[in-house]
Amino acid sequence: MIHSSLSQLGAALRAKKISSVELTQTYLDRIAQLNPTLNAFITVNPEMSLAQARAADARLAAGSAAALTGIPIAQKDIFCAKGWLTTCGSKMLHNFVSPYDAHVISQFNNAGAINLGKTNMDEFAMGSSNETSHYGAVKNPWDTARVPGGSSGGTAAAVAARLCAAATGTDTGGSIRQPAALCGISGLKPTYGVCSRYGMIAFASSLDQAGPMGRSAEDLALMMNVMAGFDERDSTSLQREKEDYTRDLNKPLTGLRIGLPKEFFAEGMGSDVAKAVEAALAEYKKLGAVIVDISLPNSKLSVPVYYVLAPAEASSNLSRFDGVRYGYRAPEYSDLADMYEKSRAQGFGAEVKRRIMIGTYVLSHGYYDAYYLQAQKIRRLIAQDFTEAFTQCDVIMGPTSPSTAFKLGEKGDDPVQMYLSDIYTIAVNLAGLPGMSIPCGFGANDMPVGLQIIGNYFDEARMLNVAHQFQQATDWHSRAPKI
Amino acid sequence: MQWEIVIGLEVHTQLSTNTKIFSGASTAFGAEPNTQADAVSIALPGVLPVLNKGAVERAIRFGLATGAHIANRSVFARKNYFYPDLPKGYQISQFDLPVVGQGALTIQVEPLSGNAKPYEKTVRITRAHLEEDAGKSLHGDFHGMTGIDLNRAGTPLLEIVSEPDMCSAAEAVAYAKALHTLVRWIGICDGNMQEGSFRCDVNVSVRKPGQPLGTRREIKNLNSFKFMQQAIDYEVQWQIDTIENGGKVQQATVLFNPDTGETRAMRSKEDAHDYRYFPDPDLLPLEISNDWIEQVRGTLPELPQAKQARYVNDLGLSTYDASVLTSSREMADFFEAALGDASEQAKICANWIIGEVSAQLNRDGLDMTQCPITAQQLGGMLTRIADGTISNSGAKEVFRTMWAEGGSADAIIEAKGLKQVSDSGAIEALVDEIISANAEKVAEYRSGKDKLFGFFVGLAMKASKGKANPAQLNDILKKKLEG
Repeated sequence: MIHSSLSQLGAALRAKKISSVELTQTYLDRIAQLNPTLNAFITVNPEMSLAQARAADARLAAGSAAALTGIPIAQKDIFCAKGWLTTCGSKMLHNFVSPYDAHVISQFNNAGAINLGKTNMDEFAMGSSNETSHYGAVKNPWDTARVPGGSSGGTAAAVAARLCAAATGTDTGGSIRQPAALCGISGLKPTYGVCSRYGMIAFASSLDQAGPMGRSAEDLALMMNVMAGFDERDSTSLQREKEDYTRDLNKPLTGLRIGLPKEFFAEGMGSDVAKAVEAALAEYKKLGAVIVDISLPNSKLSVPVYYVLAPAEASSNLSRFDGVRYGYRAPEYSDLADMYEKSRAQGFGAEVKRRIMIGTYVLSHGYYDAYYLQAQKIRRLIAQDFTEAFTQCDVIMGPTSPSTAFKLGEKGDDPVQMYLSDIYTIAVNLAGLPGMSIPCGFGANDMPVGLQIIGNYFDEARMLNVAHQFQQATDWHSRAPKI
Repeated sequence: MQWEIVIGLEVHTQLSTNTKIFSGASTAFGAEPNTQADAVSIALPGVLPVLNKGAVERAIRFGLATGAHIANRSVFARKNYFYPDLPKGYQISQFDLPVVGQGALTIQVEPLSGNAKPYEKTVRITRAHLEEDAGKSLHGDFHGMTGIDLNRAGTPLLEIVSEPDMCSAAEAVAYAKALHTLVRWIGICDGNMQEGSFRCDVNVSVRKPGQPLGTRREIKNLNSFKFMQQAIDYEVQWQIDTIENGGKVQQATVLFNPDTGETRAMRSKEDAHDYRYFPDPDLLPLEISNDWIEQVRGTLPELPQAKQARYVNDLGLSTYDASVLTSSREMADFFEAALGDASEQAKICANWIIGEVSAQLNRDGLDMTQCPITAQQLGGMLTRIADGTISNSGAKEVFRTMWAEGGSADAIIEAKGLKQVSDSGAIEALVDEIISANAEKVAEYRSGKDKLFGFFVGLAMKASKGKANPAQLNDILKKKLEG
């Protein structure tokens, strides 16, 4: 049962072959067994999950079930969920029980899905290895000495280890795609504005986007049907017709133009990664696709641009965590300024503080023009590169990450090395485009390799089609770690 | 005069929307602390701002009323600083692209001293921008701690910034009063200064004529015109004394203490914040179409200045009467409703309102909106004065009765028998009787003692029980006495 797809689970539930309570309990048992090793979940709350499962069973019995009714879905701990501890991976929110639901959470609740628990993540989504979480590092289920990637590392590990049917992630610079690649699962970052950010704790507001993580493109499409949609509470949410993301899954790929940016295949990429990606491209040719060489000349600037803009927004977004109204407050302080300083010094981890300082610096009087404004200009150039490229191709492909999963602690002392692990994913966020990662083989040490697929704005259905056809022809996505 | 005074104002007007500028929480004044603080007001993790269109509409009204340019595109920016009553750690405001650009306001200045005559002056308005208010820190009985009330947090404000065009406390007060009248007139602010709906920051500097601008100090948060005048007078004298004693004015923010009548520095330029303004990524740029502007223009009432001009030019009122009648929209509305189509009676109507009505309101401690008589009642009485039904003294009685007991002029005239005698036959008979009964006095009068005329009028009035039409009586009496 734990290897079943979402549509298989939905069918089994509707056919009463299994109840939601049984299915939920199965996953809860598996979490109880494996989470001590993987540390993929920060919070599980069997009582609340099973209460939802009972309600789902009633709905199933009444015949009013939707596609995901009764299916246990794990939620990244960045989403506020009513009655759930919502920590965002930080000590700062160690005691924050949300009084309200994020839009994404209420969409799942309305669909009758079960909230199976809150997954571990880099603190405030700042990290690429899940090592910055206040609740401890997450282990990669393929090799527990290695990182799962980040920041949605808990979600990626949970999906890979079959601790949930599917889960949510968020992606600011690659936080869905990179851990999906490193854990051998599928993940989609939609076009900016497709999923509401309401109730999703902000890291960098102009880049943050929620998306599904699962074991197949088909599962992602079903998740997107629930997660996507206009929400008037998010001013950057896009008002569009509701769409069925499964509609194009079975279209043939004959004539599909795949753009390969030469910049993505230059130095820096591991040879094992290159080999797997090339094999995937050969498979696509077999499926009828044609390869087009393209160039994204400004993409090399995306890491420095990102590390100006994201910290700038973060430094302001994280100001609300001041110990005044909720969250962590230092036990002792002498006056107001001291309370702020101690609460924030003790409540935030090193990476978060580093980014707050970078962001504060680039927004400061006298530096704003040189850093923030300049970065905004280059951001527009990066987006233009993609617009230009999409006149020549339908999708862009390349590696998701330059290497497979690295060892825990390996890049801990070198933030720049860590930042470079998102070198292929960041440009997509800066442009606001949809991007996904699907498993395409194994590299050194038998660790999974991810293929990145980048689409034009609102082309998620086509990307899911491109991924699904590959998954019909290969079985990388159904490989499971032995744990 | 040896010193020139330079004054500019920043006025925070609370916009009269029912809900906050970025959330649906109520803006009503005086509720129990934090009962109007929703998730957005508290700045819970994950919440997002959604702009209240009503606040924008009010900003447009203000811009149109001051002849300002309305920006088709303006931008909300974050002003970052830490304070316990600022829940997000930043205030959403507008910085380099405000919604309202340059405008102007023409004011009537009444000099405070000497025999100087009132004069007109045009004050340039630099800009007006939308922003949210902060909450309040309560230093009451909290066991030595500070309480925070976030009811006010997120209340919409329009900050109106003038050029430093004013050169005396009288001009500053006249400008503030004109602005106060205008914002109520166009219905964007209730103008309640006690409740903080209209708060003034005054920038003051002094210089010798011909010299560059002196260093300014900003008097914060003045909420009465009287305090404004006292604060400016004190501050100007303080700056002059400081310079004349060889000191230098340091740029600073000062507070006025109404108990001592003094201003005192609260922070100097050295502690000035670096607010690290940047565009708020949670809000799209504010787009205002020309259609919207025209639609708002169509709902604007005739403005005080236009009304004043019309009263002088079309109704023949004095500038003084016109300015008093347009000191509030309620008063102007009352005047126009009482006058109706009888424009030839404008002067007498104005006299009654500026005279009796205002005096009575004053005595009873009421404002125009609480006036116990309606404009229609007053108008009914004016009609009866004009058509000779009642005399002026009769009118006074009608007015007193109307004020105390209500009722239409006609009903009161009827009930009290106040109808004056305009039947010339009746008056002639009465005069004949008096002449024959006072032959001696008549002889004296005819021999040149003109002063006795009043004596005869008195007798005739008494005989008619005050009801004789005075003009008619005069004519008849004169004719008969002259024989």
